[in-house]
Amino acid sequence: MTQPMLAVENLSAWYGAARILYDLNFEVGRGEVVALMGRNGAGKSTTMKTIMGLIAQRQGKVAFNGADISRLEPYEIARSGLGFTPEDRRIFSDLTVMENLDIGRQPARSFPDGQPAPLWTPERLFALFPNLAEMPNRPGGRMSGGEQQMLTVARTLMGNPLLVLLDEPSEGVAPLIVEQMANTIIELKKEGLSILLSEQNIQFAQLVSDRVYVLEKGQIRWQGTMTQLSASPDIQRTYLTV
Amino acid sequence: MTLNAFLFQVLNGLSSASGLFLIAAGLSLIFGVTRIVNLAHGSLYMLGTYIAYSFATKLGGAFGFWGGILATALIVGVIGALIEVVLLRRIYRAPELFQLLATFALVLVINDAALWLWGPSDLLGPRAPGFRGAIEVLGRRLPSYDLLLIVIGPLVLLLLHVILARTRFGRLVRAATQDREMVGALGVNQAILFTSVFALGAALAGLGGALQIAREPANLAMDLTALGDAFVVVVVGGMGSIPGAYLAAVIIAEVKALCVGIGVVDFGFVTINFSKFTLVAEFLVMAIVLIARPYGLLGKAQAAVRSIAEPEEPIRPATPLLKALGVAIFALLLCLPLLAQGSPYLLVLGIDVLIAVIFAASLHFIMGPGGMHSFGHAAYFGLGAYGAALLAKWLGVPFGIALVAAPLLALAGALLFGWFAVRLSGVYLAMLTLAFAQIVWAAVFQWEGFTGGSNGVIGVWPPPPFDRSWVFFLLTLIIAAAAVLLLRRFLFAPFGYAMRAGRDSTLRAEAIGIDVKRVHWLGFAIAGCVCGVAGGLFAFAKGSISPETIHINRSIDGLVMVLLGGVQTLTGPIVGASVFAMLQDTVMRQTEYWRALMGAIILVLVLAFPQGIAGAIGSLWRKLGGRA
Repeated sequence: MTQPMLAVENLSAWYGAARILYDLNFEVGRGEVVALMGRNGAGKSTTMKTIMGLIAQRQGKVAFNGADISRLEPYEIARSGLGFTPEDRRIFSDLTVMENLDIGRQPARSFPDGQPAPLWTPERLFALFPNLAEMPNRPGGRMSGGEQQMLTVARTLMGNPLLVLLDEPSEGVAPLIVEQMANTIIELKKEGLSILLSEQNIQFAQLVSDRVYVLEKGQIRWQGTMTQLSASPDIQRTYLTV
Repeated sequence: MTLNAFLFQVLNGLSSASGLFLIAAGLSLIFGVTRIVNLAHGSLYMLGTYIAYSFATKLGGAFGFWGGILATALIVGVIGALIEVVLLRRIYRAPELFQLLATFALVLVINDAALWLWGPSDLLGPRAPGFRGAIEVLGRRLPSYDLLLIVIGPLVLLLLHVILARTRFGRLVRAATQDREMVGALGVNQAILFTSVFALGAALAGLGGALQIAREPANLAMDLTALGDAFVVVVVGGMGSIPGAYLAAVIIAEVKALCVGIGVVDFGFVTINFSKFTLVAEFLVMAIVLIARPYGLLGKAQAAVRSIAEPEEPIRPATPLLKALGVAIFALLLCLPLLAQGSPYLLVLGIDVLIAVIFAASLHFIMGPGGMHSFGHAAYFGLGAYGAALLAKWLGVPFGIALVAAPLLALAGALLFGWFAVRLSGVYLAMLTLAFAQIVWAAVFQWEGFTGGSNGVIGVWPPPPFDRSWVFFLLTLIIAAAAVLLLRRFLFAPFGYAMRAGRDSTLRAEAIGIDVKRVHWLGFAIAGCVCGVAGGLFAFAKGSISPETIHINRSIDGLVMVLLGGVQTLTGPIVGASVFAMLQDTVMRQTEYWRALMGAIILVLVLAFPQGIAGAIGSLWRKLGGRA
């Protein structure tokens, strides 16, 4: 088997004295869309932040393209080709759309085998998200939730990542935008990007994911293909439905 | 005052505003991006004046003057970068207040470095080549150099605006001011960004200082004066807002200039010398602005800082071992008069330490469990000290009553100031408390007839038997122990829980029915009251007090004591105050350069024990298995 793009081994994380993650093990292969599913508070967002180096108290190994990135600073992790779009979007509200995109800009990048990664420019991103093209000079603070969601994805893509950690892109946005997000993910997969998606909405995850890891209380309780999960209502009932 | 005279003063104010703006803009930029309140910013400004003086006098001529000013800005910028790389970078993850402590240590070190390099006397630079003359304006002669300064302020404002709006560096600065963690997660190396922002801010301070050489002499008191002014400007303008800084600089410089311009006015029944109000005026402006617009004129509510520091640990009740240790130390101190028969000085030192303990414990009460970082705790010390001394001097009030009156006066002051202060939080609260302390200080300093002005009050001695140092020591010891125990009692009562709950989450605390403002207001008042006890004891222990004893330095000493000991433990302020008072005493007598030595010691402690001394001992203890 070829080396997975992202391999997480025994990942644990704490907030102060509270342990949030318990020895997670999972992988994302090249070109794969993997969903991290679970209810609110299961540890999905914390997993992503921990991979990104944003949780100070962490243990375990994170290998990206074979290199251990678990002790690197967040900016070094981003520069190794890992993009992160946070659940709360974290748009720079004083900066315009164009300026937000500029903050995310990084040099062109290649996969380990030398194949160039998709190269993003504001023009290409405006083609992907036509709504953004209409408001290049609008300050981030004066955009709707859906527009901010698109901007946060676009801003991450400006770094020309190889793999994107996409934290709950369907949360709190209009159904039309959810559909657009699903199309975007499919589009990005076609471009050759890998995606680790955190999601509690099974309908959304079914549209885009290849494989699934189900989290509960900071532990992986189930793993398998999306097809298997769709066929197991009892797993869905135990771990996902509210 | 005629209209012409008025307009002339307005011009004068504008030229002072430029210097204020340069230093405040740098401070604001640095705070915005790094969230560090750089107490050493005034020191960088002072270095600017000294370095530019050396260029102008050693090289001489137009090149030495103008080239020197530019070179100075660069040099101070490099010094700023060095400070960031060598010191601050190591402590970004430390609690916010620890960073303050580190920058304050720099204030001490830089001040002594300047003393060593340039000597103690004031140094007035040459007049600016090309701008030696004066221009006739409104029938008066305005130095042409002042006109130049009037132009430089807006020019720098424009330049900064272009940098922030049009360059990638500027965009990164604005983005990081809002959410630096996200900037990092997008692949931006924050270390480089922080260093360059610090260098830019320092260079602005250096430039501001350098431009002053033709106006005022370089002197060693500039650092704290400039720092105070810069704080006021930044807070009035709004943290992080550069145009706000300029606006505030203009307002404050104008108010000061007008106070000077108005001069002595006879109202018939009373004669007021307005030029004496310059000290109070800027702080009054700040207090008014903060009450009306808590985030400054052009500022915005600060986004909650996404802290990467550890969350606050709950405070633990003393273990039986710690209690036993406390009792043992108390017993030992009770015997000190017997043990110290050969060296009476030990008792004097003991009294100093105990007063420092009361002072620090009361400050810790609002800083730690209350989360209110007071930068003006000296006000309540001063109200206690002056209250007791003046009652004894003017009314001949007996010793005992004066000692009881001291905390009551401080309580009254704390109730008044605290009512305003608890409406703010974070840096704004710190600055408002500082403003109140400056007002108390200025009132004491300028109300000569009543307080003795700069001479202070002398001859405040306790009656027998308290005039013997061992009796006074025992009295102080008992009061200190009672004060510390009382504060502890408050903290472990429901009141203390409510205060901590309000600190950790105002919203959640209010949702369960706690009136957070009221609880914090009472906490503030209690701390002020206890601090007044320390002030009263101080006046009688020294026999005299002067405005010096309640200067901003004392407030900062208090912060240093609390931080040195550790904010998160109750033993912290006791340990911190003891170590600090003894260090200050021993170090001060060793060398002329005690400030630098003191600063170096603080820096070592900050880098070695980011949790404070008591915090570090506690961690070590828990690691060794003493947790049970």
